[in-house]
Amino acid sequence: MAEDIYEPIDQDVHTEPMILQMGPSHPATHGTVRFTLTLEGEKIIKCETEVGYLHRGFEKEVENSTWTQVFPYTDRLNYVSPLLNNFGYSLAVERLLEIDVPPRCNWIRTLMGEISRLSDHLTCTGAAALELGAMSAFLYAIEGRELVWDLIEEVTGARLTVSYGRIGGLKDDLTEGFEERWKYTKKRLFEIREEIGQLLTRNRIFLDRFQGTGVLTPDMALSYGYTGPCLRSTGVDYDVRKDHPYFMYDEVDFDVPVGSKGDNYDRYLVRMDEIVQSIRIIDQCLEKMEPGPINSDDPRVMLPEKEKVYNTIEGMISHFKIIFEGIQVPPGEVYSYTEAGNGELGYYIVSNGTGKPWKIHVRSPSLIMMGGIHKLIEGGLIADIIPTFDTVNMIGGECDK
Amino acid sequence: MAKKLIKFVKKHFEDQVLDSHSRLGNDTVVIERDRLAEIVERLRDDEKTQMDFLRAITCVDYMHRDPRFEVVYVLYSIEFKHMLTLRVVVSEDDCKVPTISHLYGCAGWTEREVWDMYGVEFVDHPDLRRVLLYQEFEGHPLRKDYGKQDAQPRIELLSRERDSVEEFNVFVKNKPAEGSRDN
Amino acid sequence: MGLEHQLPEVLTTRLESAVNWARKYSLFQYPFVTACCGMEYMATASARYDIARFGAEIPRFSPRQADLLWVVGTVNHKLGPMLRRIYEQMAEPKWVMAFGVCASTGGFYDNYATIQGIDKIIPVDVYIPGCPPRPEQVIDGLMKLQDKIQQEPWRKYDYEQKVRQRDERPASEPLFEKIDRKKERG
Ligand code: SF4
Repeated sequence: MAEDIYEPIDQDVHTEPMILQMGPSHPATHGTVRFTLTLEGEKIIKCETEVGYLHRGFEKEVENSTWTQVFPYTDRLNYVSPLLNNFGYSLAVERLLEIDVPPRCNWIRTLMGEISRLSDHLTCTGAAALELGAMSAFLYAIEGRELVWDLIEEVTGARLTVSYGRIGGLKDDLTEGFEERWKYTKKRLFEIREEIGQLLTRNRIFLDRFQGTGVLTPDMALSYGYTGPCLRSTGVDYDVRKDHPYFMYDEVDFDVPVGSKGDNYDRYLVRMDEIVQSIRIIDQCLEKMEPGPINSDDPRVMLPEKEKVYNTIEGMISHFKIIFEGIQVPPGEVYSYTEAGNGELGYYIVSNGTGKPWKIHVRSPSLIMMGGIHKLIEGGLIADIIPTFDTVNMIGGECDK
Repeated sequence: MAKKLIKFVKKHFEDQVLDSHSRLGNDTVVIERDRLAEIVERLRDDEKTQMDFLRAITCVDYMHRDPRFEVVYVLYSIEFKHMLTLRVVVSEDDCKVPTISHLYGCAGWTEREVWDMYGVEFVDHPDLRRVLLYQEFEGHPLRKDYGKQDAQPRIELLSRERDSVEEFNVFVKNKPAEGSRDN
Repeated sequence: MGLEHQLPEVLTTRLESAVNWARKYSLFQYPFVTACCGMEYMATASARYDIARFGAEIPRFSPRQADLLWVVGTVNHKLGPMLRRIYEQMAEPKWVMAFGVCASTGGFYDNYATIQGIDKIIPVDVYIPGCPPRPEQVIDGLMKLQDKIQQEPWRKYDYEQKVRQRDERPASEPLFEKIDRKKERG
């Protein structure tokens, strides 16, 4: 309809494409991305993306720390789900060290990782709603995230930057009464998910802005290296948790939700479904978990018990060496990958046999997704950038390292 | 499954393979750089391999070794779920690798990142600019000989813009326009 | 405003405190959110911690309409010029809050990429430490800022004075003083 009205006008009026700068300090671009748009009326004909406004020198910084000191830096990669980064990194180093961790540690990693994924998906959905103007959905989502963070805080001692992983184990066991609290949180989370769903899923305005915008085709997604919920929304069921199970993912039962159209709405639905699957995994973990040690007993990586440190010279020397020189990782390189909140998080680690990493490269899903985001934006309207950018869920820390 | 891909590369590009090994679940082939694009294309399109997914491109700086840099490509196949790491050695004086950005969409940006951080040039790349740092930046920070704290504050680099404003102010002050109150 | 110069001094003091009172409870903020601290900023702004109780809940994404600049997260050298420009675009009276250690001092990122504290490029009123600070801490910082605003004399914003000073200075003097950091450190 609209085309009919404007057609005659378009023929006589001479128009020129307009260049518009969006960002970096723009509420919809998370403060760290700049788009240079070439517009024809409201339509975007070309989009150039510029990232790097949060480049903090992660890779340089970790080359100057010991293997254990890297954990706080990994926290701040994808700061919405820090635990997943922590565990991904510990897994990579453990592969290089060729050590195994006790089953309970793996159970806890699976469980806490999923809790972190909950926080990621809730934040993403809430922020997307907020930026479209749906403040109440945002408030519910953040309330859900606060509940999740309460659990995280109880176990790890921090709300956001947790540094809970350790090479060969964990900082601490779960606290007592964790199960009870989880039951309460679970109940509330289902309520909150329901409430967000009621506010958004069949909301006319929301549908108009989400359906059919930012469409991604499977071929394009693969070529541009999209992973995680974005890839799954196009119908490709690639999930590292299923295809290459790590930790205890092969012992729990869960589904991989996939979409079909690859538009913003599908990405939103996939995230909402993943919340349910994560809750399922957590339940099974708590059920199947058995008491036991949480740290590996390899003296190369674990600090000796305090008792030994104070009373024997060997214990003290070993403690001293691990703290000062760092864990000695044998030379070699490994590419290790896990499924993080946004997709495949890979660590390419090179060690030269000393206490400090020679190189750690992060395959950050966000950076790679930003490389292809112009494909999603071009051809749409300016208003479509906001939902597209939100459901792709770019996280600055991870994208710019 | 493990050695299948290494054998594949060895069979078809015998003279290009310098070294190969399989360790910790990663199959690695070290190859010459000249026919890199061809090898990657073959791996992508061949029925038996179908490496349709490029996981990462990165680079390692082995400071004191002779071919100083090593560019690493991690390929993966969604269909067969196998992974292959290709490594290309590059010396410092001739820091060039053929691009594969026409084969994978995401290679464009990852190659730009490697150029940004290590200064390895990708020949024929359509748009080789810095991605994480800014145009005014000189040098490549992830090289081992770049000091960790050698900052290049952009505000100071951009201060020329500010100077022009100052110059204009000075100019206006010295030459008040006719009829202005300062006369 | 101009009005205050015509009033007797007793009255201005009263008026000053009344205006400051109004100012401190209606802070329009510009969230310059870049990094992880933004998550805690979101938490502070939403239901559980509810920053609206302190009259600072409305984010304005235009520097012209804002009077409190929250710098939330790491600022690197690439973003520095933008931050400076946003600060310069804000109308007086304006305040700046450094949220988190990254904004205050650079935090534990001490390398080629990050600015070691935003006070290297813009003035800061309140620093909130923490990586990231807990919402309680943020609210504490906000209350500190409100106290500061309440104490503020109008003289600070005597623009006529400032303009006169600027116009009277010799042309050769630079408009902006360049800070010699090396000299400062001694
Ligand atoms: S202070 Fe900590 S949490 Fe805040 S931006 Fe810096 S690193 Fe992130």
